Amino acid sequence: MEETSQVNENLDFVFDFYKIMRSSNVTFAYEGEITHEITKAFSSLAESHIALTNESNALQKRVFHVMVESLQNISKHSVERKIPGSIIDGQGIFLVAKTEQEYNITTGNVVLKENIPALKEHIENINSADKKVLKDLYKEKIKFGKLSYKGGAGLGFIDMVRKTGEKLIYTFLDLNDKKSYFVLTSTIFRTK
Amino acid sequence: MRVIKIEGTDDTPQVTLDANPENPFMEISGRSLPEDVVSFYDPILEWLDEYAENPLEKTVLNIKLEYFNTASSKLLLDILLKLEDLHQAGHEVLVRWHYPDDDEDMEEAGEEYEDIVEVPFEQVSYSID
Repeated sequence: MEETSQVNENLDFVFDFYKIMRSSNVTFAYEGEITHEITKAFSSLAESHIALTNESNALQKRVFHVMVESLQNISKHSVERKIPGSIIDGQGIFLVAKTEQEYNITTGNVVLKENIPALKEHIENINSADKKVLKDLYKEKIKFGKLSYKGGAGLGFIDMVRKTGEKLIYTFLDLNDKKSYFVLTSTIFRTK
Repeated sequence: MRVIKIEGTDDTPQVTLDANPENPFMEISGRSLPEDVVSFYDPILEWLDEYAENPLEKTVLNIKLEYFNTASSKLLLDILLKLEDLHQAGHEVLVRWHYPDDDEDMEEAGEEYEDIVEVPFEQVSYSID
């Protein structure tokens, strides 16, 4: 009995997933561990796919940049991990959506609520900066910032906004009293 | 002095550090998004420390990267800071920053490094076709 209901659930899941993918602009969706191998595989997949389109080299490179930084963010910062205590290979969701005007790269991962204020401040700081201020922020951070023990330079969000020229769109969704789900979107306009 | 020669891969750059006075060549090219940036770049930084003890009359480093992630950008700065030390110690140093002629972002990245470190820079554009 139980086996049948599991199988039915799987069938429903697949069909729902199919319908959602077709009715949205999402061209790529993944949920799970983000290892270095996966980061490389996804970004090179996107690279070869996008190389077949008429997009300019600059746009192709920007999409690649944002993808790599987004994937590395999940890998380094998600608190959901298959191997507890491991400092890399965090789990999360990675989505690429494409419309006539833009590419949207969205990530989702679990964060500790206690880290939200600092994260918010960091993003707001970047979102409110103009081009010149962003450049100064970047220079200051690359010069005086220290590489974290996870190998992060703290430059990912700054780089994403500088490369796309668009603000980061984000939200925190409640999971429980300690954790939230952090969703972040970066937009790359195809016409710019 | 020993020579460093690292073949490039899809996530690590090709590196040549050869200070042979007859025909010296130093270049970092390709892509840089290593899984562990520190362990990749550490031997390069160590080599530069050793090199600084007895450098050539003129040091030229070619950087010809098509892509580097933000973690690598920090390590590239560390390399350039070593060259800055060398320059400030009175040695002739030149960084040749190569960028594809249609890649504004890479050109700008070179200009930014040039602003940050006190080392003579030369911007060199090349065509990828």
